[in-house]
Amino acid sequence: MTSFLQQAFNGLVSGSFYALLALGLAVIFGMLRVVNFAHGALYMLGAFGAVALADTTGLGFWWALLLVPLALALTGTLLERLLIRRLTALDPLYNFLLTFGIALVCQDLLRMKYGAHSQPYERGPFTGSMDLGLFDFPRYQVFVLAVSVTLCLAVWLLLTHTRIGTIVRAATERPELTRAFGIDTGRWVTPVFGFGVGLAALAGVLAAPMRAVNTGMGSDLIITVFAVVVIGGLGSVFGSVLAGFTIGMLQALGNLYVPVLSQTSVYLLMAVVLLVRPAGLFGKEEPA
Amino acid sequence: MKHRLSTVVATAAAGALLAGCGGGGPSSGGGKISDDKIVLGVLTDLSGVYADIAGPNSVQAVQMAVDDFKKKYGDKAVTQNIEVIKADHQNKPEIANTQAREMYDRKQADALFDVPTSSAALAVQTVAGQAKKLYFNTGAATTELAGKTCNPYTYEWAYDTYMLAHGTGSAVTAQGGKNWYTIYPDYAFGQDMQKKFETAITGAGGTIVAKDPTPFPSDNYSTFLLKAPRLKPKPNVLGALQAGGDLANVVKQYEQFKLKDKGIELAIGLLFDSDIKAIGADKLAGTTFTTAWFWNVDPKAQAWADRFKERTGQRPTFVQAADYSAATHYLEAAQKAGSDKAADVSKELDGTKFSDFFAHNATIRAEDHRIVHDAYLAKVKDPAKASEPGDYTERVKTIPAAEAFDKPSPDCHLS
Repeated sequence: MTSFLQQAFNGLVSGSFYALLALGLAVIFGMLRVVNFAHGALYMLGAFGAVALADTTGLGFWWALLLVPLALALTGTLLERLLIRRLTALDPLYNFLLTFGIALVCQDLLRMKYGAHSQPYERGPFTGSMDLGLFDFPRYQVFVLAVSVTLCLAVWLLLTHTRIGTIVRAATERPELTRAFGIDTGRWVTPVFGFGVGLAALAGVLAAPMRAVNTGMGSDLIITVFAVVVIGGLGSVFGSVLAGFTIGMLQALGNLYVPVLSQTSVYLLMAVVLLVRPAGLFGKEEPA
Repeated sequence: MKHRLSTVVATAAAGALLAGCGGGGPSSGGGKISDDKIVLGVLTDLSGVYADIAGPNSVQAVQMAVDDFKKKYGDKAVTQNIEVIKADHQNKPEIANTQAREMYDRKQADALFDVPTSSAALAVQTVAGQAKKLYFNTGAATTELAGKTCNPYTYEWAYDTYMLAHGTGSAVTAQGGKNWYTIYPDYAFGQDMQKKFETAITGAGGTIVAKDPTPFPSDNYSTFLLKAPRLKPKPNVLGALQAGGDLANVVKQYEQFKLKDKGIELAIGLLFDSDIKAIGADKLAGTTFTTAWFWNVDPKAQAWADRFKERTGQRPTFVQAADYSAATHYLEAAQKAGSDKAADVSKELDGTKFSDFFAHNATIRAEDHRIVHDAYLAKVKDPAKASEPGDYTERVKTIPAAEAFDKPSPDCHLS
């Protein structure tokens, strides 16, 4: 039983990354109707940002956690203003290809500088482990989970309890009607995109101390994250976060009990969800 | 809209998991020196996970062999036209298949080199057999190339899973690491490594307490690291058979879960300098592993590595060193035979014994085309003792050629 709980907890830790990334994807999709394929690359840029910051300025993890997401969020707003905005009026596939292209460009630029192998990052805090009552767990990984849960809750509160949140939700669900009420939804598009990008970058910084930092880290992860958002319901913030943590647990327990299925379980689940509820578990069907 | 897009995303996610498919091409024959030129093709991973282990510097190594050969023979060379071409197989067998055909058939390659990733190497071996042209494998580790799937056109120059497993598995078990928990990536290389490690560990009197396949690639190994100390009996060695970025993930998380403090030592199946750099030499210092060669194993190796560094700015891996060695022997054999026809070159190579900067006490086995040579049981050097930033490896002992590799497989029949 302890073993089960320990593994479930471990699943929540890897779910933390899925949730942060899926949350960003969900708000971006909700507001812009853009499936941001560059999200994995931004996660990777977050991790490389931490490495580069330590290499060039000697600034440690906490600075990276603050500065890297801000810098990348800013870059994200530029990206939205200069490129993505121009394509939103067209078929969604155009932005799909654009962001996919951006991801490839980012990967290859970094590969030119760093090569394909992993980069060292030794500035992670909390090296010990902590007693959680029933079992011990690495302190750093508990911290990652805490950060992720806090952020997801904060975003949820922001969306449900503030005026900005109301506008964003309204713009997500009925963009035309919201505009008809005289609300300028356009001015929220850029900040929301930047915010989603910042979350991905933050997840990347969090990954640096516990995962291999290399140019492939984002593209390996993003496929699972897309499955997560599809299962949770595209554009559904709550669904994406919940699916993120659930899939994390499912994979961890799958690894333990049914290793054969550990790689495919996510996609099997995605297939089943698409068959039964094509809009995802928490997504809403929209008139075509 | 939402509905349609979610299907698009799902399809794209599924599509990214799959890959394209291969095609065919015409076949061509050869004279004494076909088309009056010898073409050496380097089929490798030019930009992916193995681009540093093999990749662009493998192309450089083969080019360096060609340059040295031309300098040595001058006007007396079997032909003045020796060309090196390259292609990227992206570690995918179906792309490797198409590229190999393209190189042999359309670009008149007489021999291919390198080819990291076992599944891709197996695909190239098949194409070499159909094209009846040579293939010198230095990048892939599976023993099947000289076993079940062997053919007269393929040579295995550098290393294999048997060599890695028997060096490390036997040594660590003999040093007291009797109870093993092994985790292996769930694809051709990992499964092969697992089998070889099992044989080596049990052969040395150790036990496999448990073994688990891990997803490939994966960034979370916590499941297995949590499981390790709970196993009964408790293992005292964690055998990590992952490679590259996966290995870095395992070691980082092994550190966080403090398994060393819980009495579980780490043994690593395949370790390259780039991995040591990524993980940190201080973290890995003292870790035992087996290698086919390293750049400062002896003065002769170092002299070559210095020349290589002048050319590329980097220290060579054993795969790149093996590419140079194989290309040189290939060209020398073509010179002697006065032909670049596979059968003529093979006749010169088969059964030859040699020692060069890469392969010591080497024999090109005629039975299965495995090149057996000395291997090294090594450990990661304490960074304080390193002579330069890339000096990571310390020899523990030399494993003589006869012990380093398995006997010819009964499954392989070349003639």
